[in-house]
Amino acid sequence: MSEAVGTVAASEAIEEPSGRRKPQLSEGAKAERRLGYWLCAPAVIVMVAVTLFPIGYAIYLSLERYNLELPQDVKFIGLGNYAAVLSSPYWWQALKVTVVITVFSVAITLVLGMLLAMVMHRTLFGRGTVRTAALIPYGIVTVAAAYGWQYAWTPGQGYLASVFNNSAALTQEWKAIGVIILAEIWKTTPFMGLLLLAGLSLVPEDLQKAAMVDGATGWQRFTKITLPLMKPAILVALLFRTLDSFRIFDNIYILTAGANNTGSVSVLGYDNLFNALNLGIGSAISILIFICVAIIAFLFIKGFGTAAPGTDITKR
Amino acid sequence: MAAVTTTPRQKISWGTTNVVVVVLALIPVLWLVSLSFKTPAAILDPSYWPKAWTWSNYSQILSTSQFIRPLINSIGIGVIATFIAVVLASMAAYAVARLQFPGKSVLIGMALLIAVFPQIALITPLFSIERGLGLFNTWPGLIIPYVAFGLPLGIYTLSAFFREIPWELEKAAKVDGATPFQAFVKVIAPLAAPGMVTTAILVFFACWNDFLFAISFTSTISSRTAPASIAYFSGSSQFTVPTGPIAAAAVVITIPIIIFVLFFQRRIVAGLTSGAVKG
Repeated sequence: MSEAVGTVAASEAIEEPSGRRKPQLSEGAKAERRLGYWLCAPAVIVMVAVTLFPIGYAIYLSLERYNLELPQDVKFIGLGNYAAVLSSPYWWQALKVTVVITVFSVAITLVLGMLLAMVMHRTLFGRGTVRTAALIPYGIVTVAAAYGWQYAWTPGQGYLASVFNNSAALTQEWKAIGVIILAEIWKTTPFMGLLLLAGLSLVPEDLQKAAMVDGATGWQRFTKITLPLMKPAILVALLFRTLDSFRIFDNIYILTAGANNTGSVSVLGYDNLFNALNLGIGSAISILIFICVAIIAFLFIKGFGTAAPGTDITKR
Repeated sequence: MAAVTTTPRQKISWGTTNVVVVVLALIPVLWLVSLSFKTPAAILDPSYWPKAWTWSNYSQILSTSQFIRPLINSIGIGVIATFIAVVLASMAAYAVARLQFPGKSVLIGMALLIAVFPQIALITPLFSIERGLGLFNTWPGLIIPYVAFGLPLGIYTLSAFFREIPWELEKAAKVDGATPFQAFVKVIAPLAAPGMVTTAILVFFACWNDFLFAISFTSTISSRTAPASIAYFSGSSQFTVPTGPIAAAAVVITIPIIIFVLFFQRRIVAGLTSGAVKG
């Protein structure tokens, strides 16, 4: 590692497209490569130990009949747990609720987040105040906010319930899902707004001015200039929000605990582990959720041509 | 951009818009504050503001280990997990931003995968593993998963910050005979400190906010964190819902967030907007 000057020269040499074989690397490049691995190793070990390894273990568990209440009855049953989950109406109901919540909350959050980004970007004064206020829903503990929403909708004690004739919204399936979506939107719009703000600040001012001189209306400038230029930022924000929303748990757990058919797939998985104590079924649900997330990510990256957020880092 | 000159009409419309944003952001939070100051009788009054104010909800939760102990757990676990995650993430982010080595895209892909990973998919296997290793219901049992999920956020945010650093200084240090490691510790780390503070805040928010891991991997207040403990609050009798104490506890765990937001607004916005989009 003492050939420090060589390291800099060598690192430029490697960037040539034809990848060189190991034996030809200079000492400096080898040292740099070694340092790279040493610096990344701890992070990689923790991430593998906590996510990839358990997922492998979950695949194994999902192939067994394994109920914690019947520890002597553990047996390999192949895809039996998957058959049980996929033929159960609970799974499909939970999946439907999750998809409905994801689609509506992400779509509305996108529109409101865009408006919020515009306000944060363009407002003539009080920019710091607006950004500070917007960060509070982003930062607040979801569970704390969820209790606020729950009490606000409790008939007889909540300000929102009293506005809406004290109907018990949280005990009716679709109204409760509406409240859950509202809580999600309030919490996540600032994050969406901030991601879009970054994209918005990349739209050149000159282009806007030129279009204005040419007589384009505000709406035309938005749809013809701002939106196309922001497409990458929007797709990345959508990808993150969709996958985040698909794993919704905290808000539902506090607001309804999954009662009246309002549970998401995450709530279903949780119940199967901690109420039914069924490791086999719980693992099968885990793997199915993982597959759903993989499909969504794949569709975004292939279908919409989203550059995976990591790729820009490597291309620099 | 808008117009070159500001008309009073624009001032009024932007002022109104700003007020609407601030009010929408704060109404649900102020409602919690209001609930936390209501007397048990007034809880059943749906008016937005309490008619009589009381501190009794706060004195109730702050005098019981059922809340104080989880609060200490939350702070301890959050601080330790944040520290470890930021240290490991800065090492990896430095490598991503500055070094050439094969497998870099694998690391970035893995970080992305974990950033969008459905945590519920890990609950069953991690629960089983933690019970086997004796980590269930301990601080490390929560710190380790928090570090793992803080790392992707940290690697993305920090590598964005690291790219903004004037690297000629590193070259100069190397010319002067410093090893790459010395260049990292002596030259780059001090320059990277602001980015690391931002990253630490974002990672701490994520740990502080977590609920799913906290209720799944703990069973008593010896390691249960504050958000999870609120879900286990009980009323003074089995017929009373502890609305006031829950609201007070929710306000208490929101206070650190508000303090961070007030003091570090610029940094947090910079951190959130730097990672994913600027390409």
